[in-house]
Amino acid sequence: MMQTFDLEAEGLRALNTALQAQTRETNQTPWQVLNPKGAHAVAVGLDAPIDVQVKGSTGYYCGGMNKQATIRVAGSVGPGAAENMMSGRIIVEGDASQYAGATGHGGMLVIKGNAASRCGISMKGIDIVVHGNIGHMSAFMAQSGTLVVCGDAGDALGDSLYEARLFVRGSVQSLGADCVEKDMRPEHIELLRGLLEAGECDAKPEEFKRYGSARKLYNFDIDNAGDY
Amino acid sequence: MSNDKSPNIPRTEPIMSATFTPAVNAEIRRAAATGIYDIRGGGAKRRVPHLDDLLFLGASMSRYPLEGYRERCNTSVSLGTRYAQNPIELDIPITIAGMSFGALSGPAKEALGRGASAAGTSTTTGDGGMTPEERGQSSKLVYQYLPSRYGMNPDDLRKADAIEMVVGQGAKPGGGGMLLGQKISDRVAEMRTLPKGIDQRSACRHPDWTGPDDLEIKILELREITGWKVPIYVKVGATRPYFDTTLAVKAGADVVVIDGMQGGTAATQDVFIEHVGLPTLACIRPAVKALQDLGLHREVQLVVSGGIRNGADVAKAMALGADAVAIGTAALIALGDNDPKWEADYQKLGTTAGAYDDWHEGQDPAGITTQDPDLMARFDPVEGGRRLRNYLKVMTLEAQTIARACGKNDLRNLEPEDLCALTIEAAAMAGVPLAGTSWVPGTSGDIT
Repeated sequence: MMQTFDLEAEGLRALNTALQAQTRETNQTPWQVLNPKGAHAVAVGLDAPIDVQVKGSTGYYCGGMNKQATIRVAGSVGPGAAENMMSGRIIVEGDASQYAGATGHGGMLVIKGNAASRCGISMKGIDIVVHGNIGHMSAFMAQSGTLVVCGDAGDALGDSLYEARLFVRGSVQSLGADCVEKDMRPEHIELLRGLLEAGECDAKPEEFKRYGSARKLYNFDIDNAGDY
Repeated sequence: MSNDKSPNIPRTEPIMSATFTPAVNAEIRRAAATGIYDIRGGGAKRRVPHLDDLLFLGASMSRYPLEGYRERCNTSVSLGTRYAQNPIELDIPITIAGMSFGALSGPAKEALGRGASAAGTSTTTGDGGMTPEERGQSSKLVYQYLPSRYGMNPDDLRKADAIEMVVGQGAKPGGGGMLLGQKISDRVAEMRTLPKGIDQRSACRHPDWTGPDDLEIKILELREITGWKVPIYVKVGATRPYFDTTLAVKAGADVVVIDGMQGGTAATQDVFIEHVGLPTLACIRPAVKALQDLGLHREVQLVVSGGIRNGADVAKAMALGADAVAIGTAALIALGDNDPKWEADYQKLGTTAGAYDDWHEGQDPAGITTQDPDLMARFDPVEGGRRLRNYLKVMTLEAQTIARACGKNDLRNLEPEDLCALTIEAAAMAGVPLAGTSWVPGTSGDIT
């Protein structure tokens, strides 16, 4: 049975308390949140296999540190959506502001619109699928996980990244330090096919280019100082 | 015509430059040979005005003391009383500062927890996350929330007794960190989600907020995730203490931590450590004034760190208005870091006990700042914890001794009027009179 929560009427603390109280064994799995009206920290710190539909746009940190839950936002999200997500899924029907998926360790973030700058910054295992474009400095110092961009990428993509994998279908304005284009091998096509399907995107994996770390900056070398 | 080389003519003695000292020249030669700046651990080694430049006045005709061994002098303090449901209750106002697993060995972190718990105080995680042995041995554990977010997860966040939002640290305000590849063991690599053996850079700024307006929302998120139960500290390196304190409070901090330039780091550039930031002494009064101007002194607690070594330092920092202090380097020395018993090994590393600061290289003879199993085996966490407990107790007794001599039955009753300064610089920074005078330099303008 759908649980309905009017955020405007009942308040943020009550919402997060109710959602965080759900356990792995809960049978109250479908929730909908009405009147988010740009509120910050909506549905943060969840740790149960519940489905939360947010009926409108949110402010900062929607779904922050999510575990297990599926959160679908019928609107756009402010900065830091799905930050440090551990598992579960967050689907944004609209656009995402800065730092979407920042430091995420796991799970999947899907952004059906565009994402602003620093999407996937310091990502640590999360998979991010963006249907539109992403802004500058995305995947900065990205450690692990996969960022898929169906549109274009802004300046300095993947600057100083580590082992994260980046796939971009459109143009890349520029690559950041130590980020290079790499061959698309069959295993990458397969990986991408699965991510696109999971990300509710019908793009063809063969249309993407792959980017990753040249690994030149992994250990400091004075001869590479000019690359920073 | 005289002969310049005649032994009968007095010669000019060789004079070493005060600017180009042997140490400066050696660094120039080292830089020329290697092409890389010097990286080291620890805090500023240069002489800066410090708490040593202050003296307590003690009791006299106008003040009467408390009996040293008979009358009570409270040392307990609550941190996080502003918003948190569960403030941290400390028996002593000396906490253990954040130091990472990775920079330190697992047993060293365990020892810090053991010692702090036995003394009734808190210890703090660091860049790299929370280890089970640290959580298990720490009755009160502060979880650092750092720009790198290495090892960051909501489960550990909820295990913490407080959260410390690290904006900066005194050794390198404005700088990130670097854990060199030789210290990246399998365990460290796994906790940080990075390959083994590579240099691990810690970001200098947070990835998902910028500025105090964002920070207010970030703190809201952390409180929502932890149910508003635990205190949230904001730690800054000492740079603009009046404004930083004001902004941290505005952002919602329960506790402000200010770390002076003598505060240590596991590794950064020597030029950064020695040339960026303020001495600890210079940042306490401006931070206190910020709290007073907001009407929140004592409601938002102030923790001061950076070069705290003994009970006198504790008492002086508190007399200037701090609610508590934090120690890092001193705690490592108490555990056994830089102990002369390892002198032969220090010599092999080209240094000497007391000067060893290449903590980032992972070859610590004392087995503390290393991930090398053989070196780690030299360190006994139980014995280390006992030593730290003893040291903390001595510091507390020393601070109480001074407080009683000033007629105070609580360390937090110490006040600037109990102090004088030995130098003009210290008088100006601390806002107390130069010894033997009523002159407080620098009081014509605001303390900011």
